[in-house]
Amino acid sequence: MTAPLPRLPRPLRLAALPLPLPPLSLFLGAVTRRMSKSHPEMIRRLGDYAGHRFLIDPVDLPWLLLLHPANATMTAHRRARPPAHDARIAGSLSAFLAMMHGAEDGDALFFSRDLSVEGDTAAVLALRNAVDDAELDLTEEVAALSGPLAAPLRGLLGGAERATGLTLHRMTRLDDFA
Amino acid sequence: MMELVCPAGTPAALRAAVEAGAHAVYCGFADETNARNFPGLNFTPEDMAEAVAFAHARGAKVLVAINTFPRAGAEPLWHRALANAEAAGADAVILADIGLLAHAAERHPLLRRHLSVQAAAANPDAINLYANAFGVRRVVLPRVLTVQEIAAINREIDVETEVFVFGGLCVMAEGRCSLSSYATGKSPNMNGVCSPASHVAYSEEGGELAARLGGFTIHRTPEGEPAPYPTLCKGCFSSDGQTGHIFEDPVSLDATQLIPELARAGASALKIEGRQRSRAYVAQVVRTFRAAVEAQAAGQPMPENMLARLTEGQKATIGAYAKTWR
Repeated sequence: MTAPLPRLPRPLRLAALPLPLPPLSLFLGAVTRRMSKSHPEMIRRLGDYAGHRFLIDPVDLPWLLLLHPANATMTAHRRARPPAHDARIAGSLSAFLAMMHGAEDGDALFFSRDLSVEGDTAAVLALRNAVDDAELDLTEEVAALSGPLAAPLRGLLGGAERATGLTLHRMTRLDDFA
Repeated sequence: MMELVCPAGTPAALRAAVEAGAHAVYCGFADETNARNFPGLNFTPEDMAEAVAFAHARGAKVLVAINTFPRAGAEPLWHRALANAEAAGADAVILADIGLLAHAAERHPLLRRHLSVQAAAANPDAINLYANAFGVRRVVLPRVLTVQEIAAINREIDVETEVFVFGGLCVMAEGRCSLSSYATGKSPNMNGVCSPASHVAYSEEGGELAARLGGFTIHRTPEGEPAPYPTLCKGCFSSDGQTGHIFEDPVSLDATQLIPELARAGASALKIEGRQRSRAYVAQVVRTFRAAVEAQAAGQPMPENMLARLTEGQKATIGAYAKTWR
């Protein structure tokens, strides 16, 4: 937790540029639906804020992501055309993934200016706390959608994690937090 | 060994605290009965029962904070919280209000009672009154005392004392600060929220991060500098051409190196602040302090910790434990 957050490698940033948004939104939507279904307590913990629209801004990616928890949707949008939203959270992809997986503390990322917030601050706080309690694991959620490809996909994502420094699985007490 | 009392704002954070070595975890219900009534945080009665079972199965205690001051006419909410804590199997409740303490002593006599820091009991007479009148067994001391003052108090009381060793600091005696109320109409004492997020707005303005509370700009943080919490006590204000932190700098408490002295002063338990923080914070801080209390028990030197990045202001102080400004 004391090491600086990794930045997304430049080749990956460039590779993301030409990706078409509709299939990307389909994939993100499937993962979001899966997470909502397998973690119903996350939506309960959000309460009325589940109906808010959260604009996730991974500053090292070419797109913006709009999360609507009540509808279990997440869609990708071009930076030039940001969609209407109630709150915006900006930071590097590594910051979002580390916070989601319990490797980094959201307040500490705010103190260090690795994350910034605009709009409905209470909604952002509720989302942060609900996600933290849900103990999400992106690798396992994507694997659960991948049928017989789950095992090789886990290996692939593990390799990607080691190569990029991005946190792609849930931290446990056996992981090194330092 | 001194008891390590650790924060949990969610069931996941509680599990992280227990797995990292907490002897006891404190937490609260998801309403205004506890002083961390933030969006998305806290426990339902069902969550609490599961959390207590989880902790007990691993040898840890659960202390339930019901440490706000009941509003006239709304006392049943606080009374239900007490009943729910007892039904969940909590090891103790942490209370501040004398009416609620009286109710707990009368209706829940077997439920151990701790006095919250929100009661601001800072001398032997006050502590002995709470002990004699309401059967309080432990007092969480306010963060305004030196180590010598803590030792002097412990010589004149028969109950346990718990002291803060890490986390955010309040500038005033807790339970008596109304700064948040002036800007938002809500306070930690009555509503469980200091500087509620619903009244906070951030914006990037000319390279600075502007933080507003209830419409008042309370600080502007230049690019590259650590951002503080949006509380009035940490605000940076301008007046008569001067700009500065009027109440206190945005720094956090870290009393790791004072643990042996606090033990000699008679403190029974060490408390970590941060129920509003994530399970990542809880895991790392608890693990670090568990190593420290084990070192203290073994007579070894205190380890240097690397927790600055987790703290507000990203720097630490020993606060009032050594009043060097005197």
